[in-house]
Amino acid sequence: MGDIYHTDPEIETIEDLSGKRTFASLPWWLYALILVIVYTAWSVYTRENLREAFDFIIQGIGTTISAAILSYLIAIVLGLIAGLGRMSKNIIFNNIATFYVEFIRGIPMLVLIFFIGLVGVPTAISWLNELGFTLITNKDISTYSRAIAALSITYGAFLAEIFRAGIQSIGKGQMEAARSQGMSFGQTMRYVILPQAIRNVLPALGNDFVAMVKDSSLVSLLAVGDITYEAKLYSGSSFRFKEAYTILTILYLMMTVALSSLLRVFERRLRND
Amino acid sequence: MTDNIIEIKNLYRYFDKVKALDGVSLDIKRGSVVVVIGPSGSGKSTMLRCINHLEEPTSGEIYVDGELLTGEQKQLNEVRADIGMVFQLFNLYPHLTAKENITLAQKVVQGRTEEEANRIAMEKLIRVGIAEKADVYPSNLSGGQQQRVAIARALAMDPKIMLFDEPTSALDPEMIKEVLDVMLDLAEEGMTMVVVTHEMGFARAAADEVIFMDEGMIVEQTTPDGLFNNPQHERTKLFLSQILQH
Repeated sequence: MGDIYHTDPEIETIEDLSGKRTFASLPWWLYALILVIVYTAWSVYTRENLREAFDFIIQGIGTTISAAILSYLIAIVLGLIAGLGRMSKNIIFNNIATFYVEFIRGIPMLVLIFFIGLVGVPTAISWLNELGFTLITNKDISTYSRAIAALSITYGAFLAEIFRAGIQSIGKGQMEAARSQGMSFGQTMRYVILPQAIRNVLPALGNDFVAMVKDSSLVSLLAVGDITYEAKLYSGSSFRFKEAYTILTILYLMMTVALSSLLRVFERRLRND
Repeated sequence: MTDNIIEIKNLYRYFDKVKALDGVSLDIKRGSVVVVIGPSGSGKSTMLRCINHLEEPTSGEIYVDGELLTGEQKQLNEVRADIGMVFQLFNLYPHLTAKENITLAQKVVQGRTEEEANRIAMEKLIRVGIAEKADVYPSNLSGGQQQRVAIARALAMDPKIMLFDEPTSALDPEMIKEVLDVMLDLAEEGMTMVVVTHEMGFARAAADEVIFMDEGMIVEQTTPDGLFNNPQHERTKLFLSQILQH
Protein backbone atom coordinates (compact mmCIF):
# COMPACT_ATOMS: atom_id res chain seq x y z
CA MET A 1 0.00 0.00 0.00
CA GLY A 2 1.31 3.43 -0.86
CA ASP A 3 1.89 4.69 2.62
CA ILE A 4 1.64 8.38 1.91
CA TYR A 5 -1.95 7.99 0.83
CA HIS A 6 -3.07 6.07 3.84
CA THR A 7 -3.01 7.69 7.15
CA ASP A 8 -4.55 5.87 10.02
CA PRO A 9 -4.58 8.32 12.89
CA GLU A 10 -4.88 6.79 16.31
CA ILE A 11 -8.33 8.06 17.07
CA GLU A 12 -9.15 5.85 20.01
CA THR A 13 -9.21 7.78 23.20
CA ILE A 14 -7.47 6.31 26.17
CA GLU A 15 -9.73 5.37 29.00
CA ASP A 16 -8.66 4.96 32.57
CA LEU A 17 -9.31 1.76 34.50
CA SER A 18 -12.77 2.75 35.65
CA GLY A 19 -13.72 3.31 32.00
CA LYS A 20 -14.19 7.04 32.55
CA ARG A 21 -12.44 9.51 30.33
CA THR A 22 -9.93 11.60 32.15
CA PHE A 23 -9.23 15.22 31.37
CA ALA A 24 -5.96 14.32 29.70
CA SER A 25 -7.49 11.57 27.59
CA LEU A 26 -10.12 13.76 25.94
CA PRO A 27 -9.53 14.10 22.16
CA TRP A 28 -8.32 17.70 22.26
CA TRP A 29 -6.97 17.48 18.77
CA LEU A 30 -10.46 16.70 17.49
CA TYR A 31 -11.93 19.68 19.34
CA ALA A 32 -9.20 21.85 17.82
CA LEU A 33 -10.03 20.58 14.34
CA ILE A 34 -13.70 21.25 14.86
CA LEU A 35 -12.88 24.71 16.21
CA VAL A 36 -10.85 25.50 13.08
CA ILE A 37 -13.73 24.35 10.88
CA VAL A 38 -16.33 26.30 12.86
CA TYR A 39 -14.19 29.43 12.90
CA THR A 40 -13.74 29.28 9.13
CA ALA A 41 -17.44 28.69 8.56
CA TRP A 42 -18.20 31.71 10.70
CA SER A 43 -15.69 33.79 8.75
CA VAL A 44 -17.27 32.72 5.47
CA TYR A 45 -20.60 33.84 6.84
CA THR A 46 -19.37 37.23 7.98
CA ARG A 47 -16.68 38.21 5.48
CA GLU A 48 -17.58 39.19 1.94
CA ASN A 49 -14.27 38.12 0.34
CA LEU A 50 -14.37 34.67 1.80
CA ARG A 51 -18.03 34.22 0.96
CA GLU A 52 -17.37 35.05 -2.66
CA ALA A 53 -14.55 32.52 -2.82
CA PHE A 54 -16.67 29.93 -1.06
CA ASP A 55 -19.62 30.40 -3.41
CA PHE A 56 -17.33 29.92 -6.37
CA ILE A 57 -15.42 26.90 -5.12
CA ILE A 58 -18.43 25.06 -3.74
CA GLN A 59 -19.69 24.65 -7.32
CA GLY A 60 -17.19 21.80 -7.60
CA ILE A 61 -18.34 19.86 -4.54
CA GLY A 62 -20.75 17.66 -6.51
CA THR A 63 -17.97 16.69 -8.90
CA THR A 64 -15.57 15.93 -6.05
CA ILE A 65 -18.07 13.73 -4.24
CA SER A 66 -19.38 11.94 -7.31
CA ALA A 67 -15.87 11.34 -8.66
CA ALA A 68 -14.75 9.87 -5.34
CA ILE A 69 -17.78 7.61 -4.92
CA LEU A 70 -17.99 6.45 -8.52
CA SER A 71 -14.26 5.77 -8.80
CA TYR A 72 -14.30 3.93 -5.50
CA LEU A 73 -17.14 1.65 -6.55
CA ILE A 74 -15.37 0.77 -9.79
CA ALA A 75 -12.10 0.33 -7.88
CA ILE A 76 -13.79 -2.19 -5.56
CA VAL A 77 -14.83 -4.33 -8.51
CA LEU A 78 -11.39 -4.07 -10.14
CA GLY A 79 -9.67 -4.70 -6.82
CA LEU A 80 -11.75 -7.77 -6.09
CA ILE A 81 -11.03 -9.27 -9.50
CA ALA A 82 -7.32 -8.42 -9.31
CA GLY A 83 -7.09 -9.62 -5.70
CA LEU A 84 -8.59 -12.98 -6.65
CA GLY A 85 -6.27 -13.06 -9.66
CA ARG A 86 -3.24 -12.54 -7.45
CA MET A 87 -4.13 -15.74 -5.61
CA SER A 88 -5.30 -17.72 -8.61
CA LYS A 89 -3.49 -20.87 -9.67
CA ASN A 90 -4.29 -19.97 -13.27
CA ILE A 91 -0.94 -18.71 -14.60
CA ILE A 92 -2.39 -16.26 -17.12
CA PHE A 93 -4.95 -14.72 -14.76
CA ASN A 94 -2.38 -14.58 -11.97
CA ASN A 95 0.26 -12.86 -14.10
CA ILE A 96 -2.13 -10.34 -15.58
CA ALA A 97 -3.34 -9.41 -12.10
CA THR A 98 0.19 -9.18 -10.71
CA PHE A 99 1.35 -7.10 -13.68
CA TYR A 100 -1.52 -4.69 -13.11
CA VAL A 101 -0.86 -4.30 -9.39
CA GLU A 102 2.91 -3.94 -9.73
CA PHE A 103 2.62 -1.55 -12.67
CA ILE A 104 0.30 0.79 -10.80
CA ARG A 105 2.18 0.62 -7.52
CA GLY A 106 5.42 1.54 -9.22
CA ILE A 107 4.22 4.92 -10.47
CA PRO A 108 3.42 8.12 -8.57
CA MET A 109 -0.30 8.80 -8.50
CA LEU A 110 0.19 12.23 -10.01
CA VAL A 111 1.87 10.68 -13.04
CA LEU A 112 -0.75 7.94 -13.26
CA ILE A 113 -3.55 10.48 -13.51
CA PHE A 114 -1.84 12.08 -16.51
CA PHE A 115 -0.84 8.77 -18.03
CA ILE A 116 -4.19 7.01 -17.76
CA GLY A 117 -6.22 10.09 -18.62
CA LEU A 118 -4.14 11.31 -21.55
CA VAL A 119 -2.39 8.16 -22.81
CA GLY A 120 -4.14 5.04 -21.49
CA VAL A 121 -7.74 5.93 -22.28
CA PRO A 122 -7.09 7.37 -25.79
CA THR A 123 -4.87 4.39 -26.70
CA ALA A 124 -7.47 1.91 -25.51
CA ILE A 125 -10.16 3.69 -27.53
CA SER A 126 -8.12 3.77 -30.72
CA TRP A 127 -7.27 0.08 -30.35
CA LEU A 128 -10.95 -0.68 -29.96
CA ASN A 129 -11.67 1.39 -33.04
CA GLU A 130 -9.03 -0.47 -35.04
CA LEU A 131 -10.69 -3.70 -34.03
CA GLY A 132 -13.89 -2.40 -35.58
CA PHE A 133 -15.78 -1.09 -32.59
CA THR A 134 -16.29 2.44 -33.90
CA LEU A 135 -18.92 3.25 -31.32
CA ILE A 136 -17.05 6.10 -29.74
CA THR A 137 -14.13 8.30 -30.56
CA ASN A 138 -11.77 10.05 -28.20
CA LYS A 139 -13.73 13.25 -28.59
CA ASP A 140 -16.70 11.56 -26.95
CA ILE A 141 -14.73 10.73 -23.82
CA SER A 142 -15.13 13.59 -21.38
CA THR A 143 -12.34 14.63 -19.07
CA TYR A 144 -14.59 13.54 -16.22
CA SER A 145 -14.73 9.98 -17.58
CA ARG A 146 -10.97 9.97 -18.05
CA ALA A 147 -10.52 11.11 -14.48
CA ILE A 148 -12.85 8.37 -13.20
CA ALA A 149 -10.89 5.81 -15.22
CA ALA A 150 -7.61 7.08 -13.83
CA LEU A 151 -8.72 7.11 -10.20
CA SER A 152 -10.47 3.75 -10.31
CA ILE A 153 -7.68 1.94 -12.11
CA THR A 154 -5.16 3.35 -9.63
CA TYR A 155 -7.19 2.52 -6.56
CA GLY A 156 -8.15 -0.89 -7.96
CA ALA A 157 -4.52 -1.93 -7.55
CA PHE A 158 -4.42 -0.75 -3.91
CA LEU A 159 -7.70 -2.45 -3.09
CA ALA A 160 -6.51 -5.65 -4.76
CA GLU A 161 -3.83 -5.97 -2.10
CA ILE A 162 -6.35 -5.29 0.66
CA PHE A 163 -8.71 -7.96 -0.65
CA ARG A 164 -5.85 -10.41 -1.07
CA ALA A 165 -4.74 -9.90 2.51
CA GLY A 166 -8.35 -10.25 3.66
CA ILE A 167 -8.90 -13.51 1.83
CA GLN A 168 -5.58 -14.91 2.98
CA SER A 169 -6.51 -14.12 6.56
CA ILE A 170 -9.28 -16.73 6.38
CA GLY A 171 -8.05 -20.12 7.55
CA LYS A 172 -7.61 -23.02 5.16
CA GLY A 173 -10.13 -25.01 7.19
CA GLN A 174 -12.99 -22.86 5.91
CA MET A 175 -12.23 -23.73 2.31
CA GLU A 176 -11.86 -27.41 3.23
CA ALA A 177 -15.10 -27.53 5.19
CA ALA A 178 -17.10 -25.98 2.37
CA ARG A 179 -15.45 -28.08 -0.35
CA SER A 180 -16.00 -31.24 1.71
CA GLN A 181 -19.71 -30.49 1.58
CA GLY A 182 -19.63 -30.43 -2.20
CA MET A 183 -19.55 -26.68 -2.73
CA SER A 184 -17.60 -25.54 -5.78
CA PHE A 185 -14.66 -23.16 -5.48
CA GLY A 186 -16.82 -20.27 -6.65
CA GLN A 187 -19.65 -21.08 -4.23
CA THR A 188 -17.17 -21.36 -1.37
CA MET A 189 -15.69 -17.98 -2.22
CA ARG A 190 -19.09 -16.35 -2.48
CA TYR A 191 -20.81 -17.81 0.58
CA VAL A 192 -17.97 -18.64 2.97
CA ILE A 193 -14.68 -16.88 2.26
CA LEU A 194 -15.63 -13.45 0.90
CA PRO A 195 -18.26 -12.58 3.53
CA GLN A 196 -15.64 -13.14 6.22
CA ALA A 197 -12.78 -11.54 4.28
CA ILE A 198 -14.72 -8.39 3.42
CA ARG A 199 -15.80 -7.99 7.01
CA ASN A 200 -12.16 -8.22 8.05
CA VAL A 201 -11.05 -5.56 5.59
CA LEU A 202 -13.93 -3.12 6.09
CA PRO A 203 -11.83 -0.78 8.27
CA ALA A 204 -9.06 -0.75 5.65
CA LEU A 205 -11.60 -0.15 2.89
CA GLY A 206 -13.00 2.77 4.88
CA ASN A 207 -9.57 4.31 5.29
CA ASP A 208 -9.02 3.99 1.58
CA PHE A 209 -12.26 5.74 0.83
CA VAL A 210 -11.11 8.72 2.90
CA ALA A 211 -7.85 8.62 0.95
CA MET A 212 -9.84 8.52 -2.28
CA VAL A 213 -11.72 11.68 -1.33
CA LYS A 214 -8.40 13.43 -0.88
CA ASP A 215 -6.82 12.02 -4.01
CA SER A 216 -9.83 13.03 -6.08
CA SER A 217 -8.24 16.49 -6.01
CA LEU A 218 -5.80 15.17 -8.62
CA VAL A 219 -8.53 15.11 -11.24
CA SER A 220 -8.24 18.91 -11.36
CA LEU A 221 -5.10 18.27 -13.43
CA LEU A 222 -7.31 16.92 -16.20
CA ALA A 223 -9.39 20.11 -16.06
CA VAL A 224 -12.26 18.37 -14.31
CA GLY A 225 -14.26 20.92 -12.33
CA ASP A 226 -13.88 19.61 -8.79
CA ILE A 227 -13.33 21.91 -5.82
CA THR A 228 -9.56 21.99 -6.31
CA TYR A 229 -10.00 23.01 -9.94
CA GLU A 230 -12.51 25.70 -8.98
CA ALA A 231 -10.13 27.03 -6.33
CA LYS A 232 -7.34 27.23 -8.89
CA LEU A 233 -9.65 28.96 -11.31
CA TYR A 234 -10.91 31.44 -8.73
CA SER A 235 -7.50 32.31 -7.35
CA GLY A 236 -6.05 32.61 -10.85
CA SER A 237 -8.62 35.15 -11.95
CA SER A 238 -9.06 37.09 -8.71
CA PHE A 239 -5.57 36.74 -7.23
CA ARG A 240 -7.22 35.96 -3.88
CA PHE A 241 -4.99 32.97 -3.18
CA LYS A 242 -5.36 33.20 0.57
CA GLU A 243 -9.14 33.03 0.49
CA ALA A 244 -9.33 30.35 -2.20
CA TYR A 245 -6.92 27.90 -0.63
CA THR A 246 -8.15 28.43 2.90
CA ILE A 247 -11.66 27.54 1.78
CA LEU A 248 -10.36 24.57 -0.20
CA THR A 249 -8.35 23.23 2.74
CA ILE A 250 -11.25 23.50 5.13
CA LEU A 251 -13.63 21.83 2.69
CA TYR A 252 -11.41 18.74 2.45
CA LEU A 253 -10.89 18.74 6.19
CA MET A 254 -14.61 18.83 6.82
CA MET A 255 -15.19 15.85 4.56
CA THR A 256 -12.35 13.74 5.92
CA VAL A 257 -12.96 14.49 9.60
CA ALA A 258 -16.65 13.69 9.18
CA LEU A 259 -15.90 10.48 7.28
CA SER A 260 -13.25 9.36 9.76
CA SER A 261 -15.61 9.92 12.66
CA LEU A 262 -18.33 7.92 10.94
CA LEU A 263 -15.84 5.13 10.26
CA ARG A 264 -14.77 5.10 13.87
CA VAL A 265 -18.35 4.64 15.07
CA PHE A 266 -18.93 1.96 12.46
CA GLU A 267 -15.72 0.13 13.35
CA ARG A 268 -16.59 0.13 17.03
CA ARG A 269 -19.98 -1.33 16.28
CA LEU A 270 -18.39 -3.99 14.10
CA ARG A 271 -16.00 -4.95 16.87
CA ASN A 272 -18.73 -5.17 19.48
CA ASP A 273 -20.84 -7.50 17.34
CA MET B 1 -24.19 -52.18 -5.88
CA THR B 2 -21.14 -53.52 -4.22
CA ASP B 3 -20.84 -54.36 -0.58
CA ASN B 4 -18.01 -51.89 -0.16
CA ILE B 5 -18.82 -48.20 0.03
CA ILE B 6 -15.14 -47.25 -0.20
CA GLU B 7 -12.37 -49.13 -1.96
CA ILE B 8 -8.84 -47.81 -1.77
CA LYS B 9 -6.29 -49.45 -4.03
CA ASN B 10 -2.54 -48.86 -3.83
CA LEU B 11 -2.76 -45.32 -2.55
CA TYR B 12 0.45 -43.30 -2.50
CA ARG B 13 0.79 -39.72 -1.39
CA TYR B 14 4.06 -37.81 -1.34
CA PHE B 15 4.66 -34.38 0.11
CA ASP B 16 7.65 -33.37 -1.97
CA LYS B 17 9.97 -36.27 -1.19
CA VAL B 18 8.26 -37.35 2.02
CA LYS B 19 6.07 -40.41 1.72
CA ALA B 20 2.89 -39.76 3.71
CA LEU B 21 1.11 -42.78 2.27
CA ASP B 22 3.10 -45.74 1.08
CA GLY B 23 0.77 -48.09 -0.74
CA VAL B 24 -2.46 -48.26 1.22
CA SER B 25 -5.26 -50.58 0.17
CA LEU B 26 -8.45 -50.76 2.16
CA ASP B 27 -12.09 -51.77 1.70
CA ILE B 28 -14.76 -50.26 3.87
CA LYS B 29 -18.03 -52.14 4.12
CA ARG B 30 -21.37 -50.42 4.05
CA GLY B 31 -22.62 -49.88 7.57
CA SER B 32 -19.32 -50.61 9.27
CA VAL B 33 -17.41 -48.47 11.72
CA VAL B 34 -13.69 -48.37 11.03
CA VAL B 35 -11.38 -46.75 13.55
CA VAL B 36 -7.91 -45.75 12.39
CA ILE B 37 -5.20 -45.41 15.01
CA GLY B 38 -1.47 -44.90 14.88
CA PRO B 39 1.29 -42.51 15.92
CA SER B 40 1.22 -38.96 14.65
CA GLY B 41 2.67 -38.66 11.18
CA SER B 42 1.64 -42.20 10.34
CA GLY B 43 -0.61 -41.07 7.47
CA LYS B 44 -4.01 -41.65 9.13
CA SER B 45 -5.36 -38.18 8.41
CA THR B 46 -3.82 -38.09 4.96
CA MET B 47 -5.58 -41.33 4.06
CA LEU B 48 -8.88 -39.99 5.36
CA ARG B 49 -8.47 -36.74 3.46
CA CYS B 50 -7.63 -38.61 0.26
CA ILE B 51 -11.01 -40.36 0.39
CA ASN B 52 -12.79 -37.12 -0.58
CA HIS B 53 -9.77 -35.69 -2.40
CA LEU B 54 -9.17 -32.87 0.06
CA GLU B 55 -5.70 -34.29 -0.37
CA GLU B 56 -4.86 -35.23 -3.93
CA PRO B 57 -3.43 -38.76 -4.11
CA THR B 58 -0.07 -39.00 -5.85
CA SER B 59 -1.11 -42.34 -7.29
CA GLY B 60 -3.62 -45.07 -6.64
CA GLU B 61 -7.34 -45.49 -7.03
CA ILE B 62 -10.26 -44.61 -4.82
CA TYR B 63 -13.75 -45.91 -5.49
CA VAL B 64 -16.71 -44.37 -3.69
CA ASP B 65 -19.83 -46.47 -4.02
CA GLY B 66 -18.29 -48.23 -7.01
CA GLU B 67 -17.37 -45.00 -8.79
CA LEU B 68 -13.71 -44.25 -9.51
CA LEU B 69 -12.67 -40.76 -8.42
CA THR B 70 -10.93 -39.05 -11.29
CA GLY B 71 -10.10 -35.72 -9.67
CA GLU B 72 -12.44 -33.96 -12.09
CA GLN B 73 -14.12 -31.09 -10.23
CA LYS B 74 -17.74 -31.71 -11.12
CA GLN B 75 -17.57 -35.35 -10.15
CA LEU B 76 -15.72 -34.47 -6.95
CA ASN B 77 -18.36 -31.96 -5.90
CA GLU B 78 -21.07 -34.58 -6.39
CA VAL B 79 -19.18 -37.28 -4.52
CA ARG B 80 -18.19 -34.96 -1.68
CA ALA B 81 -21.81 -34.05 -1.07
CA ASP B 82 -22.33 -37.73 -0.19
CA ILE B 83 -19.35 -37.87 2.17
CA GLY B 84 -19.73 -36.09 5.48
CA MET B 85 -16.54 -34.85 7.06
CA VAL B 86 -15.86 -33.71 10.60
CA PHE B 87 -12.61 -31.88 11.31
CA GLN B 88 -10.37 -31.67 14.33
CA LEU B 89 -10.83 -27.88 14.52
CA PHE B 90 -14.59 -28.02 13.72
CA ASN B 91 -14.24 -25.47 10.89
CA LEU B 92 -17.68 -24.02 11.42
CA TYR B 93 -18.45 -20.92 9.36
CA PRO B 94 -18.00 -18.17 11.98
CA HIS B 95 -20.16 -15.60 10.16
CA LEU B 96 -23.22 -17.88 10.26
CA THR B 97 -25.36 -19.11 13.14
CA ALA B 98 -25.41 -22.80 14.05
CA LYS B 99 -28.54 -23.31 11.99
CA GLU B 100 -27.21 -21.33 9.02
CA ASN B 101 -24.04 -23.41 9.15
CA ILE B 102 -26.21 -26.44 8.57
CA THR B 103 -28.49 -24.98 5.89
CA LEU B 104 -25.87 -23.36 3.63
CA ALA B 105 -24.67 -26.39 1.69
CA GLN B 106 -28.15 -27.91 1.67
CA LYS B 107 -29.39 -24.87 -0.23
CA VAL B 108 -26.35 -24.25 -2.40
CA VAL B 109 -25.38 -27.82 -3.25
CA GLN B 110 -28.60 -29.79 -2.97
CA GLY B 111 -30.96 -27.00 -3.98
CA ARG B 112 -33.25 -27.43 -1.01
CA THR B 113 -35.65 -24.64 -0.17
CA GLU B 114 -35.11 -22.43 2.86
CA GLU B 115 -37.96 -24.11 4.78
CA GLU B 116 -36.83 -27.62 3.97
CA ALA B 117 -33.22 -26.85 4.86
CA ASN B 118 -34.32 -25.23 8.12
CA ARG B 119 -36.52 -28.19 9.01
CA ILE B 120 -33.68 -30.64 8.39
CA ALA B 121 -31.22 -28.42 10.27
CA MET B 122 -33.46 -28.39 13.35
CA GLU B 123 -33.94 -32.14 13.06
CA LYS B 124 -30.17 -32.68 13.10
CA LEU B 125 -29.61 -30.17 15.89
CA ILE B 126 -32.14 -32.05 18.02
CA ARG B 127 -30.34 -35.25 17.17
CA VAL B 128 -27.00 -33.91 18.45
CA GLY B 129 -28.78 -32.41 21.45
CA ILE B 130 -28.32 -28.67 21.00
CA ALA B 131 -31.51 -27.44 19.34
CA GLU B 132 -31.58 -24.51 21.77
CA LYS B 133 -28.36 -23.17 20.22
CA ALA B 134 -29.78 -22.90 16.70
CA ASP B 135 -29.44 -19.13 16.48
CA VAL B 136 -26.12 -18.81 18.27
CA TYR B 137 -22.89 -17.97 16.46
CA PRO B 138 -19.99 -20.46 16.74
CA SER B 139 -17.87 -18.05 18.78
CA ASN B 140 -20.47 -18.31 21.56
CA LEU B 141 -20.45 -22.10 21.62
CA SER B 142 -18.12 -24.36 23.58
CA GLY B 143 -15.77 -26.65 21.68
CA GLY B 144 -17.98 -29.66 22.27
CA GLN B 145 -21.05 -27.79 21.09
CA GLN B 146 -19.22 -26.57 18.00
CA GLN B 147 -18.17 -30.07 17.11
CA ARG B 148 -21.73 -31.33 17.54
CA VAL B 149 -22.96 -28.58 15.19
CA ALA B 150 -20.27 -29.68 12.74
CA ILE B 151 -21.56 -33.24 12.95
CA ALA B 152 -25.12 -32.00 12.39
CA ARG B 153 -23.89 -29.98 9.41
CA ALA B 154 -22.40 -33.09 7.84
CA LEU B 155 -25.47 -35.22 8.62
CA ALA B 156 -27.83 -32.72 6.98
CA MET B 157 -26.41 -33.66 3.59
CA ASP B 158 -27.66 -37.25 4.07
CA PRO B 159 -24.18 -38.68 3.65
CA LYS B 160 -23.54 -42.29 2.73
CA ILE B 161 -20.48 -42.25 4.92
CA MET B 162 -19.02 -40.03 7.60
CA LEU B 163 -15.31 -39.28 7.98
CA PHE B 164 -14.03 -38.07 11.33
CA ASP B 165 -10.55 -36.53 11.45
CA GLU B 166 -9.53 -36.60 15.12
CA PRO B 167 -12.86 -35.07 16.16
CA THR B 168 -12.04 -34.86 19.87
CA SER B 169 -8.35 -33.95 19.79
CA ALA B 170 -8.94 -30.21 20.13
CA LEU B 171 -11.49 -30.54 22.91
CA ASP B 172 -11.13 -30.01 26.63
CA PRO B 173 -11.41 -33.35 28.45
CA GLU B 174 -14.86 -32.63 29.90
CA MET B 175 -16.28 -32.09 26.42
CA ILE B 176 -14.96 -35.21 24.78
CA LYS B 177 -17.75 -37.40 26.07
CA GLU B 178 -20.60 -35.33 24.62
CA VAL B 179 -19.09 -35.64 21.17
CA LEU B 180 -18.25 -39.33 21.51
CA ASP B 181 -21.82 -40.01 22.70
CA VAL B 182 -23.19 -38.50 19.50
CA MET B 183 -20.77 -40.60 17.48
CA LEU B 184 -21.72 -43.76 19.36
CA ASP B 185 -25.40 -43.09 18.62
CA LEU B 186 -24.58 -42.67 14.95
CA ALA B 187 -22.64 -45.93 14.92
CA GLU B 188 -25.55 -47.76 16.54
CA GLU B 189 -27.92 -46.38 13.93
CA GLY B 190 -25.80 -48.06 11.28
CA MET B 191 -24.00 -45.08 9.78
CA THR B 192 -20.85 -46.02 7.90
CA MET B 193 -17.99 -44.27 9.66
CA VAL B 194 -14.26 -43.93 9.31
CA VAL B 195 -12.81 -42.40 12.45
CA VAL B 196 -9.24 -41.28 12.98
CA THR B 197 -8.87 -40.94 16.71
CA HIS B 198 -6.79 -41.47 19.81
CA GLU B 199 -9.87 -42.44 21.83
CA MET B 200 -9.27 -46.13 22.42
CA GLY B 201 -12.45 -46.36 24.47
CA PHE B 202 -14.45 -45.37 21.42
CA ALA B 203 -12.60 -47.91 19.31
CA ARG B 204 -13.42 -50.70 21.76
CA ALA B 205 -17.05 -49.68 22.09
CA ALA B 206 -18.02 -48.88 18.52
CA ALA B 207 -15.54 -50.20 16.00
CA ASP B 208 -16.19 -53.18 13.77
CA GLU B 209 -12.63 -52.94 12.57
CA VAL B 210 -9.55 -51.22 13.91
CA ILE B 211 -6.71 -50.28 11.61
CA PHE B 212 -3.26 -49.55 12.92
CA MET B 213 -1.14 -47.41 10.64
CA ASP B 214 2.52 -46.56 10.84
CA GLU B 215 4.87 -44.84 8.39
CA GLY B 216 2.21 -44.54 5.73
CA MET B 217 1.26 -48.19 5.73
CA ILE B 218 -1.51 -50.28 7.24
CA VAL B 219 0.31 -52.50 9.71
CA GLU B 220 -2.61 -54.33 11.19
CA GLN B 221 -6.30 -54.57 10.40
CA THR B 222 -8.48 -56.54 12.76
CA THR B 223 -11.31 -56.43 15.33
CA PRO B 224 -10.98 -54.23 18.41
CA ASP B 225 -10.71 -57.33 20.52
CA GLY B 226 -7.97 -58.73 18.33
CA LEU B 227 -6.00 -55.52 18.28
CA PHE B 228 -6.15 -54.61 21.93
CA ASN B 229 -5.87 -58.09 23.40
CA ASN B 230 -3.81 -59.90 20.84
CA PRO B 231 -1.77 -57.52 18.66
CA GLN B 232 0.30 -59.38 16.06
CA HIS B 233 2.98 -56.87 15.15
CA GLU B 234 5.80 -55.47 17.22
CA ARG B 235 5.00 -51.92 16.17
CA THR B 236 1.38 -52.30 17.23
CA LYS B 237 2.43 -53.67 20.60
CA LEU B 238 4.86 -50.85 21.12
CA PHE B 239 2.26 -48.21 20.21
CA LEU B 240 -0.40 -49.76 22.44
CA SER B 241 1.99 -50.09 25.36
CA GLN B 242 2.83 -46.41 25.01
CA ILE B 243 -0.72 -45.14 25.00
CA LEU B 244 -2.34 -47.61 27.36
CA GLN B 245 0.17 -47.22 30.17
CA HIS B 246 -1.71 -44.50 31.95
